[in-house]
Amino acid sequence: MKRWKKIGITVLSVFVVVLIFAGLQRLVCPKYADDVLEGNFTSEYYEEITDHDVIMVGDCEVYENIDPMYLWKNYGITSYIRGNAQQLTWQSYYMLEDTLRYETPKVVIYNIQALTHAEPQKEEYNRMTLDGMKWSKTKYQAIQTSMCKGEKTLDYVFPILRYHSRILDLSKNDITYYWNNRKVTHNGYYMRIDVLPASQSDVADTEWLLGDGKEKEEEENIDDPWGDIEDPWSDVDADTEDMATEIEEPDDNLAKDSKEGETFGKLPMQYLDKMRKLCEEKGIQLILMKAPSLAPEWYESDEEQVVAYAEKYQLPYINFYELLEETGIDYETDTYDGGLHMNLNGAEKLSEYLGKVLTEEYKVPDRRSDSKLSEVYQKKYQFYEDMKKEQQKELDKYGKIVSY
Amino acid sequence: MFTSYEFIAFILVLFLVYYIIPKKFQWILLLAANFMFYYSAGTFYPVFILVTSFSVYITGRILGGLDKKLDVYVEDVKMGKIPKPTREEKKAYKKKINQKKKHWMLLCLFLNLGILAVLKYTNFAIDNVNVLLDAAGKNSLPYADLILPMGISFYTFQAVGYLLDVYWNKCEVQTNFFRFTLFVSFFPQLMQGPISRYGDLSKTLYSKHNFDWKQVRFGLERILWGYFKKLVIADRMSVAVVMLTEDPEYYTGAFVILEMLFYAIQLYGDFTGGIDITIGIAQVLGIHLEENFIRPFFSKNIAEYWRRWHITMGTWFRDYVFYPCSLSRPLKSITTFCKKHFGMQAARRVAVYISTILVWLATGIWHGAAWHFVVWGLANGIIILISEELAPLYQKFHERFPKLVATWGYRAFQVIRTFSLMCCIRLFDNYGSVRVTMRQYLNMVVKFDIHDITKQELLGLGLSMQDYIIVAVGVLLMFFVSLFGRQGSVREKISKKPYLIRYAIFVMLFFAVLLLGTYGVGFDAQQFIYNQF
Amino acid sequence: MDLEEIKEGVLDILEELHSDIDYEAEEKLVDDKVLDSFDLVTLVTELGEEFDVDITARDFVAENFNSVDRLVAMIARLLDE
Repeated sequence: MKRWKKIGITVLSVFVVVLIFAGLQRLVCPKYADDVLEGNFTSEYYEEITDHDVIMVGDCEVYENIDPMYLWKNYGITSYIRGNAQQLTWQSYYMLEDTLRYETPKVVIYNIQALTHAEPQKEEYNRMTLDGMKWSKTKYQAIQTSMCKGEKTLDYVFPILRYHSRILDLSKNDITYYWNNRKVTHNGYYMRIDVLPASQSDVADTEWLLGDGKEKEEEENIDDPWGDIEDPWSDVDADTEDMATEIEEPDDNLAKDSKEGETFGKLPMQYLDKMRKLCEEKGIQLILMKAPSLAPEWYESDEEQVVAYAEKYQLPYINFYELLEETGIDYETDTYDGGLHMNLNGAEKLSEYLGKVLTEEYKVPDRRSDSKLSEVYQKKYQFYEDMKKEQQKELDKYGKIVSY
Repeated sequence: MFTSYEFIAFILVLFLVYYIIPKKFQWILLLAANFMFYYSAGTFYPVFILVTSFSVYITGRILGGLDKKLDVYVEDVKMGKIPKPTREEKKAYKKKINQKKKHWMLLCLFLNLGILAVLKYTNFAIDNVNVLLDAAGKNSLPYADLILPMGISFYTFQAVGYLLDVYWNKCEVQTNFFRFTLFVSFFPQLMQGPISRYGDLSKTLYSKHNFDWKQVRFGLERILWGYFKKLVIADRMSVAVVMLTEDPEYYTGAFVILEMLFYAIQLYGDFTGGIDITIGIAQVLGIHLEENFIRPFFSKNIAEYWRRWHITMGTWFRDYVFYPCSLSRPLKSITTFCKKHFGMQAARRVAVYISTILVWLATGIWHGAAWHFVVWGLANGIIILISEELAPLYQKFHERFPKLVATWGYRAFQVIRTFSLMCCIRLFDNYGSVRVTMRQYLNMVVKFDIHDITKQELLGLGLSMQDYIIVAVGVLLMFFVSLFGRQGSVREKISKKPYLIRYAIFVMLFFAVLLLGTYGVGFDAQQFIYNQF
Repeated sequence: MDLEEIKEGVLDILEELHSDIDYEAEEKLVDDKVLDSFDLVTLVTELGEEFDVDITARDFVAENFNSVDRLVAMIARLLDE
């Protein structure tokens, strides 16, 4: 009897420690509810209860530029974007692999911007992309491939080790969103309705795209196209910034963008191959895409490599730079940050085009007649409309969007 | 080193395997662990430790052999196996043996101290030669590209201690090379000590250890407490210390006082915390290491301070430098000479004084190859000698005011005086420059203005208000644990409490370290201050 | 020289070091830190002078110095060698 009592106490003791550990771990993990909403994207996918015919993977060039709700409303296409801030090619691959554990879509769209990054870039982006992923072999491999020098796997296994110092600057949101993260996307789409015309912003030199790019002088090249815009991480509390100093990141992660004439790195190409093979294996149509962002600059040499790859493997490639007329993108009205990302207007225009292609060329079915889906999407649409109104309210009130 | 995930994983696995395997293999596992640890710290490090271990081992065997020869000779004489020698013959034989012993000992001693000296002090020497060459307008010498194996000062001292103990017949000769290597390379103490004596450590190092839950628990508790002191207090404090030392021009006057206080906290937390981890690890393994600190900040004078701070280093220098030096022939002759010419009072002092200065010179240079360490060492020695000179005066004072002296207040005064004095001396180590330190001594007085230390300035030192509160609470905690520790082991007391309380203390400490510890990304969990000495 | 004479000589030297200690009663002069390292060095020098013996580092262990009797025994042994 006594022995059982002892064992019981031991088991209970260990259990309580584990419980406290888990509780505190959840408490100190960033909730991404105030500033960097992008941290929520990955985990939102697991709340989906219906399958999708189209899965999109990539960085901000997909999650801010394509609007699945528009695709549903106008084409009846079910789609989901598994994108994250600076999601690198291997991360996109693992994101796809992760998605295929739950469903098999008809079409996968990959935005090829990230091919220009040959190596891990920034610890914080890694964390935002990977922390929300459910545990599986896929996640483990994604971590191994993504880690910057100095990062430790254990920090991913037990995020408390990474975020423990947040215990000193917890906010109300850490309690509010303790059990559930703030929902911020519409099937992975990050909505913004505000406008910042490219002409009123110096973030991008539009010459290369809108003017006669070939004649522009080298000096006019912008070395650091994002240098003047707000870094999404700049408002993250200073602590997080401090904490990152030990990890070796390229001095300026964006300066790592390809230069004219550079070949894509080995690592991204390897993972593009893996993505292609995975799709072939599962009978999924892979489509490559390039969003019409004014920066970072998309060089002729980059374009040639993608085109060559697409031809070699007979993959369709939609380059929206070349479709400005067809889509009707106007950098004065369709972007919210001077040409880097589309606002809702722009996203709708791109989605309109994409929806047509998907329906006509790839026969993605219209599922609006499916009653279950309709019901699900009815709710989603409500949330979508509400957010639109909320953003408009903030725009009217403050002249800018504050909480999105 | 102590705070890397790898190290923690390493010791956890070691603990587990240690108690699973047959007990006779435990020491072999430890030896393997030492070399794994040492190899991972630096690929070539094991070579250095093996050279030291092997040379001292062989010399130990030779010295043991010579002793045995002498014993056999004495025995033979007694038994009448050889013709009875005259007293002179006997003496001559003995002298011959002792002479041989001395030669072997010196050879080994110089080899090992030589390795240490070359690796650690070559560049310091070149540095100084270059100053002279520069003054003479000559080209300077290039620096040597040398490896400084981690813990070389510690393991060399342990090995040399053993060598001299064997030479003086103070401990037994270890006949198994691998066992001896285990003694020299025992990994927890390679980073910052303690410096163990063979006679002490060998009692528990090689024996078979049963799993003793109380010992293991005590060990784990001590490790946790060590991590708390190091990660929560010392490493947090070090952020401000670095700021203060990096800009002595700006942080002058009252800030120097602040700096001394902060550095005392950091150093105490870091060093005693590290030693707690070391001794705790050994305790979990069933191995007893000597204590290295006994509430040093409660000392009433500097000499006492050095008997309570980094004790194993102090006693090492006492036993292997101070005594042999003051008892050596040259010093004895100087004493005799002084007695003849300057009288008894002077003669009595001379040996002690010379040895004291030598010991502190050595202590200083052992801490680091730099002039500020030399000055730091000398400052300690000189203050100890001054207080020795003033002793009769204090004696008189104490006799005249016995009531005052017996008060709590007077003792507090003595403690605070000693603490402040040590803080002042420590500035050399802190600023790492004799010139800056001297200037700061002056500024501390001349530019002192307590109003300089504003809340805004304090928050400008890289610590937030919460950080200061945590440090303050941590310091209070250390203070009370020290106070409780005066009447016996704190852990012993805790273990008498009901399970729930023990459990709660353990859990709270664990989560305090986990959450409040300064570790992980961005916080360069600072290298131990005693690393690579 | 017999043991009594040695003892007298040893006590004389000790009294000179610290007059306020009852040496005959002390059993742990070194272990209890009654004598500090400075005292010990002085003691060794004086003993060496007084009895004309060579006390080296080898003999310099706490057990030889812990009590008056131990000191006497050590000196007797050294005189014998």
